[in-house]
Amino acid sequence: MTAPINPADSLLERAPQALRDLVTSHFPQPWRWFANGLLADVAILAVFGLLFAALTLAERKILGRVQNRPGPNRTGPFGLLQPIADGIKMLSKEDIVPRDADHLLHFLAPVTLLASAIMAFAVIPYGRNLVPVDLDAGVLYFFCVGATTELAVFMAGWSSHNKYSLLAAMRALAQLISYELPLLLSWVPVVMISGTLSTTGIVAAQSGWRWGWMPTWHVFTPWGLAGFIIFMVSALAESNRSPFDLPEAESELIAGHLTEYSGCKYVFFFMAEYFGMTALSGMAVTLFLGGWHAPLPALEFIPSYAWFGIKLISLLMGFIWIRATFPRLRMDQLTRFAWKFLVPLALINLATAAFWSLSFGWSGPMLAARCGVALVLVIVPFVLLGRRLTAGLAPRSYAYAT
Amino acid sequence: MLGSGLLQGLGVTAKNLVGSFHDPKRLTTVEYPEQKTKLPEAYRNFPFLVSESAEDPMGTLRCVACQICEKECPPQCIFIEKSKDKKPDATGKMQIYPAVFLIDSSVCMNCQICVEVCPFDAIKMDHEYEIATTERFNALLLDREALAKPNSYFHEIRPEEAAEVDGRLAAERKAAEEKAKAAALAKASAAAKPAAPPSAVPPKAEPPKPSASA
Amino acid sequence: MTPSPLVPTGGATVRAVNDEFHGDLLEVSMGPHHPSTHGVFRMVVTLDGERITKLKPVLGYLHRNHEKIGESTSYLGSMPYTDRLDYLNAMTNNWAYALAVERLGGLSVPERAEYLRVILAELSRLQNHVCLAGFLLQDTGASGTPLMYAFREREKILDLFEALSGSRMMCNFQRFGGCRTDASPAWLAQVAALVGGFGRFLDEFEELITGNEILMARTQGVGVLKGPAAVAAGITGPMLRAAGVGYDIRKVDGYGLYPRFTFRVPIGAHGDTYDRYMIRILEMRESIGILEQALRDIPAGPIMDPKAKLRGFRPKPGESYGRIEGPKGEIGFYLISDGSANPYRYRVRPPSFVNLTVLEDLCLGHTIADSVVILGSIDIVLGEVDR
Repeated sequence: MTAPINPADSLLERAPQALRDLVTSHFPQPWRWFANGLLADVAILAVFGLLFAALTLAERKILGRVQNRPGPNRTGPFGLLQPIADGIKMLSKEDIVPRDADHLLHFLAPVTLLASAIMAFAVIPYGRNLVPVDLDAGVLYFFCVGATTELAVFMAGWSSHNKYSLLAAMRALAQLISYELPLLLSWVPVVMISGTLSTTGIVAAQSGWRWGWMPTWHVFTPWGLAGFIIFMVSALAESNRSPFDLPEAESELIAGHLTEYSGCKYVFFFMAEYFGMTALSGMAVTLFLGGWHAPLPALEFIPSYAWFGIKLISLLMGFIWIRATFPRLRMDQLTRFAWKFLVPLALINLATAAFWSLSFGWSGPMLAARCGVALVLVIVPFVLLGRRLTAGLAPRSYAYAT
Repeated sequence: MLGSGLLQGLGVTAKNLVGSFHDPKRLTTVEYPEQKTKLPEAYRNFPFLVSESAEDPMGTLRCVACQICEKECPPQCIFIEKSKDKKPDATGKMQIYPAVFLIDSSVCMNCQICVEVCPFDAIKMDHEYEIATTERFNALLLDREALAKPNSYFHEIRPEEAAEVDGRLAAERKAAEEKAKAAALAKASAAAKPAAPPSAVPPKAEPPKPSASA
Repeated sequence: MTPSPLVPTGGATVRAVNDEFHGDLLEVSMGPHHPSTHGVFRMVVTLDGERITKLKPVLGYLHRNHEKIGESTSYLGSMPYTDRLDYLNAMTNNWAYALAVERLGGLSVPERAEYLRVILAELSRLQNHVCLAGFLLQDTGASGTPLMYAFREREKILDLFEALSGSRMMCNFQRFGGCRTDASPAWLAQVAALVGGFGRFLDEFEELITGNEILMARTQGVGVLKGPAAVAAGITGPMLRAAGVGYDIRKVDGYGLYPRFTFRVPIGAHGDTYDRYMIRILEMRESIGILEQALRDIPAGPIMDPKAKLRGFRPKPGESYGRIEGPKGEIGFYLISDGSANPYRYRVRPPSFVNLTVLEDLCLGHTIADSVVILGSIDIVLGEVDR
């Protein structure tokens, strides 16, 4: 067995760290950790800032194409400068604060939201040895920071002193808290199986190949697939994306909690929504899609951060695809979906993961039995609960008058 | 099963996303300032006045200031003042002409009723639609200089209708000439026989036909 | 009336009513500029949480004195104004008005013109219903995709209207005793091509959304209107048929040449928003059948009654009512002539306005999100509601 080059040693793979060391080597040793941290901040803001800009354009382009129109194409070739034009427009707009608004909270809300969205990027492993902060309880940290969103959205809705904003704030509270639960429950099995709360540890647990070619990502196990779907549905709701964009419900509440925001503050909200979406997708990649690992042994020559980027962007495209297709749920249906469908499924998934963990040593025909039992544990509750949830809803046939 | 309808919908949007790149039936956008659709001949916008020649539009307006369009215009956007004198029109007949012909295009609703009621084919609907101005009042009040467009332009935008109109006008002109000739003959014979009435009133077949100068 | 600590106070925008209820009510003024009120329509909604306890529609922002103008212009002069009533369906408005005047003046319509009218009315129905489906789905929050598909098809129909009448929406096409211009064979071939492809478009549209669980959850059981209540309120059109009453003026009156065509009238069993949506989809399929028959059978011939004259139309004193099955319901014109060139009385029976009267009954007890969807399913055009 010959190993030509260890993928971890390739030049491209080591490029980010080499670059970092090149810059920070000028600093005295005691300050180097600080410089490293600062550099990571700058890199995250630059990369995800650009990704945000590209994502707004990509979203509009894809929505356009799905809707059989070209999308923005007036600014620069293929409309590539559209995000810059949008940025200039938004930043040069007047910042209007309603007279009766709570000025302090009105200002703090977008700042809090954006700050918490950016902080969530700290613990995601973007590549081999590329994690800004390797916390022992990184996953826990991520979701604690994410929970600040509720506060910020409610602040925005409350302080605007607008009835639409107030309704949106109430909706946001109910929605975000409802979906926090399935979101948290969906990754508990990952922690159970990996035995760690550290994000790098979870990625490490998904390394290696079964039968020499199949990646051991969590999503390729029955409980992992169910967990991944629950996680992504909850992530849609947590980042206020269609079909769960109730706080912003354009056709009902004008713009919901954003009704009274303009200019730079509006951009902050907008940015925070995309950052939140990106961070949640990044966490989904880490928890279920094998982090930065390549999907096939033969593809390991591509650097790890590229694999992370590819997986992240495919998930984000999925968000956009869903937005292009679905109508919006209603508030009561939204919470019912969380409490009566996602939460029970996530709880059952805990049991599935426990079974999976207990049956670790099974092999041969017992391996098939293990997969079968786990699949039954996933599919049967899905079908039964889904039937309960959609009881009374069905396509209809119609009679004709003579 | 829950989700089948959702997946079906996702399939349709994916099909359209891909289709919009290669299927012109799906991507139907016409990008306006650079590309323009071909207007159908029947397209109508604001009215214009037809003149026979491009060189002297004011002298060859077909309009004889009969004011029918002014009366029939539903939003009352036409204002006409008759001339005091007469001058020969394209066929050489002496006619009054519109000294003032105004259309307030901010009131006009492009209904084409003026065109339908005009007995002289003097007013037609234009194809020009890039008519935005930065001035709200005088720029939108079109006078006869702004309204007059030559018959050749009419042919350009509405070939079928213009050909039909030209044919009809030529026939009328011929009939009028023959009638004038007949009248002249009758006059000559009347001069020979002074008992006959000086001129016969033409049969009231068509109201627009101006009586030949007797 | 004491302001509640739970509702922000200090401005005139929030009013807490604490007298009769346990909780606080929130009065929200939706409109006249709101993304989903389909124009300048206002709903003053009193909310208990998100549930609607009271809904007061406020109309008249688009009032243009239509009926009085009709009494001061000639009969012909009102025709272009009827385009602007329900500006999605100029063709059917024209027809209803022409029908009223033809009855008043005793004019007949040549067969080819009648066929043309049927073709144009059914095309108009197609583009109205497809618009409605798009708007309704937009109101449920689908990010524009069904709406854009619907408009892609509608645009083709509007192009046909433009090629025939000169204008996409303000057609001003029907005349008393016939139609204004004749349709060329090329135009009829274009209609045939469009009709041939429309069924496939409908299939794709339904595949996109009709089976969608979210749509069913949002519309089934929402805004239920039962048959007797609908009849009592004077509801007509697809909304009445969705309530289970098989009443279609095309069948009942048999105006025009409709008795010659075979088509079915779909009726709903539940009377909810989903039924109102589906009835329109099914009606589009029937319209395709009518169009195919009309295109097959259209004869050659004149398109105007030789008795009809454009100017100086003075009907004998009397009254008439012309009504047709417009895409939104019964669109009718009532005219009284005193023998002069203008009608003595000119009255429009607008389907949008009459159908809108049940809005509060449909919305009570539902949430604010439903009110938008219910309003969308009623299918109003404010040009016709306010006149």
